[in-house]
Amino acid sequence: MSDPNGAPRLEIHDLSVRYGANLALTDVNAAVPAGAVVGLIGPNGSGKSTLLKTVAGVVRAATGSITLDGASIRERASQVAFVPQREEVNWDFPVSARDVVLMGRYRTVGWLRRPGKEDRAAADAALERLGLGGLGHRHISQFSGGQQQRVFLARAMVQDPRVVLLDEPFTGVDVQNRGVFHEAIREFGKRGITVLIATHDLGEVQATTDMVMCLNRRMVAFGPTASTYTAANLRATFGGQVAVFEVAQ
Amino acid sequence: MNWVTEPLQYPFMQRALLEMAIIGVLCGLIGCFVVLRGLAFIGDALAHAVFPGVVLSYIAGKSILFGAFFFGILTALAVGVLSRSRRVSEDSAIGVIFAAFFALGVVILSRQTGFRRDLGSLLFGNILGVSATDVWVTFAVAVVVVGVLVALLKEFTLAAFDPTMARSAGYPVFALDLLLLLLVAATIVVSLQTVGNILILALVVTPAASARLLTDHLGRMMAASTAIAVGSGVGGLYISFHAATAASATVVLTATAVFLACLVFAPNHGLVSSYLARRHGHHHAHHYHAGEQLEG
Repeated sequence: MSDPNGAPRLEIHDLSVRYGANLALTDVNAAVPAGAVVGLIGPNGSGKSTLLKTVAGVVRAATGSITLDGASIRERASQVAFVPQREEVNWDFPVSARDVVLMGRYRTVGWLRRPGKEDRAAADAALERLGLGGLGHRHISQFSGGQQQRVFLARAMVQDPRVVLLDEPFTGVDVQNRGVFHEAIREFGKRGITVLIATHDLGEVQATTDMVMCLNRRMVAFGPTASTYTAANLRATFGGQVAVFEVAQ
Repeated sequence: MNWVTEPLQYPFMQRALLEMAIIGVLCGLIGCFVVLRGLAFIGDALAHAVFPGVVLSYIAGKSILFGAFFFGILTALAVGVLSRSRRVSEDSAIGVIFAAFFALGVVILSRQTGFRRDLGSLLFGNILGVSATDVWVTFAVAVVVVGVLVALLKEFTLAAFDPTMARSAGYPVFALDLLLLLLVAATIVVSLQTVGNILILALVVTPAASARLLTDHLGRMMAASTAIAVGSGVGGLYISFHAATAASATVVLTATAVFLACLVFAPNHGLVSSYLARRHGHHHAHHYHAGEQLEG
């Protein structure tokens, strides 16, 4: 899915982020090709979410730069689709699944205008593709955790992004229902959309990603999953917090 | 029929009913966002914090709107900036500010003669005393506030539902939050002269909270909230006219009665329907049924 020979879609150069006096993240350097699915892994507080939010423009970088197709990512905010952690969403707000998906079109619709027929059709098609066809009128809180995550993936889809950022997307998704999920993430990759996934769920890394970035307040390792998701790198990233079982191949 | 037409013979009642209807629309709509964003405490703080402004313009013989608007904008901005800082506990900071401002208003007023009578009319409003000019001012403010709210409805919705995504998509979420606070401040200030500082929050919060119980759809919630606010405003005025009770308090109690009815009888979120659903062993079955089929 990744095309290592193409020009990098997303480039992160010497990035560091501070929260007040604390250095939350430093030494991040990466060139991510179009269509690559990148897993961001590391212990709690390692900066996974911080990195995603910095790429999203929600958190300001202290030093360094992030570019999307050569231009500063802040100028391309509308091409970055963000799926936040569950806790950051106001689930009681009276919106239907279709309303949520339509939010992905707001930037293209523009200020002072309402989404039209075409936008609604795109929203319904995205819901359909994620197996939620015909359920668009339901209130968002009436779905299961996994379905809610799919609604948010549908929202990312209709945004027609170049980068999709997923912050702990597997939370609340049953193991047996992850198939649709993986398919949707692969689908982004196939369409040349770069995907960054921050996850503490190491079981998902090999199943979903092409590349891995190991973080522990700094970038420990970055590269193709096959050569980077190794016992040595995991130990260096997690210290004593993870038991690494090596399986003889 | 007499019950309905009799109050309409009096010009002060005509003005009061018209004023109440406009304020009902205004509070009903803006109240939805106050309820959905959890701004009730901030709204109450605003209503109290503008009191010195009300007192000063009253003493100067001007419309209370001038001073109240000034202090309302000041407080909304202070609250907006404070809520951004992570060093101060937002609740405590707001609590300190609004109590201090309110006390300041009372102290200033206590230097005047006829303190108690004035305090009463300022704290509880004087809907039966509104002038034609007051009605026009309220109307103009309502047009602006409702206009901004409707024009930016989808942006306010996104910022309320998913602020992180809104920021990542490039929306100025802080500015939107501040603007919403200013709209709330304008609503509260313009409604003050009818129901006063103490009871105004009921008109903002109660109809919207009732409407939230009735529907999961924002548009319908806004429509229901407006209808409830206008209905309890006008209905409460009629009741107070015939029962010879205090107007603003009667309006508030009417709205509260509607809220209690919604709490008990609302079709999906009401106590009765929840109880029935539990008894039949499929609590919220209509909610999760499709989910079970798909995910099961």
